[in-house]
Amino acid sequence: MSFLEVLYFIIPTSIAYAAPLIFTAIGGVFSERSGVVNIGLEGLMVMGAFVGIVFNLAFVDVFGGWTPWISLLAAMLVAAIFSIMHAVASVSFRADQVVSGVAINMLGIAIALFSVKMMFGKGQTDFIQEKIPRVNIPILQDIPVLGPMFFKSVYGTSVLAIALAFVAWFVIYKTPFGLRLRSVGEHPMAADTMGISVSKIRYTAVIISGGLAGIGGAIYSQTMTGDFGHATINGQGFMALAAMIFGKWHPIGALGAALFFGFAQTLAISASSIDIDFIQKIPAVYFHILPYVLTILALAGFIGKANAPKANGEPYIKGSR
Amino acid sequence: MSNRVVNLLVPIISIILGLLVGAIVMLFSGYDPVSGYIALWNGIFGDSYAIGETIRQISPYILAGLAVAFAFRSGLFNIGVEGQLMVGWFTAVYVGAAFELPMIIHLPITLLAAALAGALWGLVPGILKATLKVHEVIVTIMMNYVALHVVNALIKTVSGGSYKTDKIQPTASLRSDFLSNLTDYSTLHYGIFVALAMVAVMWFLLEKTKTGFELKAVGFNENASQYAGMNVKKNIILSMVISGAFAGLAGAMEGLGTFGSMTTQGGFTGIGFDGIAVALLGANTPLGVIFGASLFGSLKYGANNMPNAANIPLEIVSIVVALIIFFVASGYIIRVGLQRLNKKKEAK
Repeated sequence: MSFLEVLYFIIPTSIAYAAPLIFTAIGGVFSERSGVVNIGLEGLMVMGAFVGIVFNLAFVDVFGGWTPWISLLAAMLVAAIFSIMHAVASVSFRADQVVSGVAINMLGIAIALFSVKMMFGKGQTDFIQEKIPRVNIPILQDIPVLGPMFFKSVYGTSVLAIALAFVAWFVIYKTPFGLRLRSVGEHPMAADTMGISVSKIRYTAVIISGGLAGIGGAIYSQTMTGDFGHATINGQGFMALAAMIFGKWHPIGALGAALFFGFAQTLAISASSIDIDFIQKIPAVYFHILPYVLTILALAGFIGKANAPKANGEPYIKGSR
Repeated sequence: MSNRVVNLLVPIISIILGLLVGAIVMLFSGYDPVSGYIALWNGIFGDSYAIGETIRQISPYILAGLAVAFAFRSGLFNIGVEGQLMVGWFTAVYVGAAFELPMIIHLPITLLAAALAGALWGLVPGILKATLKVHEVIVTIMMNYVALHVVNALIKTVSGGSYKTDKIQPTASLRSDFLSNLTDYSTLHYGIFVALAMVAVMWFLLEKTKTGFELKAVGFNENASQYAGMNVKKNIILSMVISGAFAGLAGAMEGLGTFGSMTTQGGFTGIGFDGIAVALLGANTPLGVIFGASLFGSLKYGANNMPNAANIPLEIVSIVVALIIFFVASGYIIRVGLQRLNKKKEAK
C-alpha cells in the first residue's frame, strides 16, 4: 500500500470509529454541564447497542432498508428512559453520582445480557441483515485526494455525528436553554435564585445524555459488530467519557477528541496490515493503550482542574450554602 | 431510631429491595422467582462442594472490597481495583512460575510481588491526585484499560505467543488438599486466610496506628488535616498504594489459588467492580467488608446454579447486585422514609 492508500483506509475508518464516541461524548457534555457526573455512559451505550440490534432483527421485514435508522431511534428512546434512573438517583435522591453511574453501568450490561439469553438462548444475538449503509456523497467524492478520504463510502451516521457536534455547540452556547444548563452546572444556587428549576434542567440534561449515548451504542453495534454480546461495547463508553474530558466539556472539543480516539483505535486494529516500516515495528499494545495514556497525560498536563463545571457532581440541596 | 440502627437498616433494606426487584424482573420475564431463588440458595449452600466454592469466591471479593474501602476512608474513589487486580494476578503467576524456591520463601515472595504490582498501579493515580489534583476516578478507569491490554500483551510475550502462562510451581500455590478434601474436592484454597488476615491488617492500620489516624483525617477534611500539620499529599499517595496492594493480592487469589495460571482476558473479571459494591454495603469498615463480600461472593457463585436448576440466565444476579448498589447509593431516600415512619410511630 502506498502512503495515500493507507490514508484512504485509515481516515474513513477513524471517522467510523469516532461516530459512536462523538454521540456519547456529547451526551456526556450535556449531563456534566448541568452538574451531573455521568460515568454511566458505558451502561447507557450498552443499552443502546443492545436495543439497536434487537429492534433491527425484529423489524427488518417491516422497515427494510430503513431498519437501522429506526433502530437508532428505538435505542435512543430506551436508553433515555433508562437514564432517568440515574437522574432520579443523582438529582432527587442525592446519591453519590459516581456510584450511581457505576450501578447504571453494571445494570446496563446485566439487563442486556439477561434479555439476550432469554430471547436467543445463547450469549450473543444473531447477526443483523441490514447494517447502517455506507454512502458516496455526490460531487464532493470527485474532489481529488480529499474526495476518497472523506466523502467516499462514509457512514451516514458519521455525517450525523459531526453535524450533531455543531448543533450541540449552538444549543449549549446560543440558546436560553443552553445558558440555563451551564448556569445550573456552575452555580445552581444562583440559577435557582433567578427562577430556574435546577432539578428540571438536570433531569432534561441527563435524559438527553441517555438518548445520545443510546444512539452512540446503536451506531457502534450496527456498523462495527453487527450483533450484540458481552464484549460489544467493552469500554467505548469510558472512552467517550475520556473524549468529553479531553475536549474540555465542550462539544467541538469532544468532537476533536473523539476523532482522535477513533484514529488511535483504527491504528490499533490495523497497525499490522499497514505497510509502513516504523508502524509495523511498534507492538500493537502501544496503540491499544494510546487513548487511555493520552487521556491521563492530558489530564495531568494540559487541562487544569478549572475546566470542569464548578458544581459537577454535587447534588443541589435547596437552602443549604 | 438511633443513627446506628439506621446505618444498619439502610444496607439491609437495600438488599431486600434489590432481591424484591430481581424477583419482579424474573416474574415479568416469565420465570418463576421462587424456584430461581431456591436454585440460588442451593447453588450457595446446597452441598459441601458448593460451600467450598462459595468461600473460594469470597476470598478475592474480601480483598477487592478492602481495596475500595481503604481508599474511600481517605476520601478517594478507587475504580481501578480491576486493573490493579489484573497486574497482581499476572505478577503472581509470573513470579510463581519463574522461580524455584522452597515454599516458605517462594509463597510469601509471590504474594508480596502481587501486592507490589497492585500498589504500583495504584501509585500512578495517587501521585497524580496528590500533586496535580487530577481526579482519581478518571485516571483509575484509564489505568484499568491500560492494565488489560498490557497484561494481555505480557502473557503473549512470556508464553511465547500463546494465550496462557505456564502453571505456577507447587511451592507458590495456595492450593490445599486438606480444604479441598473437606469440601468434597472443591477448589477451596488457603487464600481465604490471607484475605481474613488482611482484614485484620486494615483494621489495625486504621484504628491502632498514627498513619491510619492521619489517613482517616485526610478523608474527613483535607484542609483541617493540612492545618494540623499532616502531610496530605503523602497520605493520599499512601492510601492509593495500600489500596492497590490489597487489589493486587485479590489478583494473587485468582492466580495462586483458583487458576494457577493466567489466560489472556477478553474483558474485565468484574471482581474489582463488585468490590465497589462490597465496600459500599460494608460501609467501608473491615468487618463490614467481610459481610459484603460474603453476600456478593455467594450471590455470584450461587448464580451459576440458576441456568441449570431453574433455567434462568445467571445475569439476573448481576441485575440484583447492581440494584443493591443503586439503593445503597440512594440511601438518603431510605433514611427519609425511615424517619417518617418513626415520626408516625411517635405520634401514635
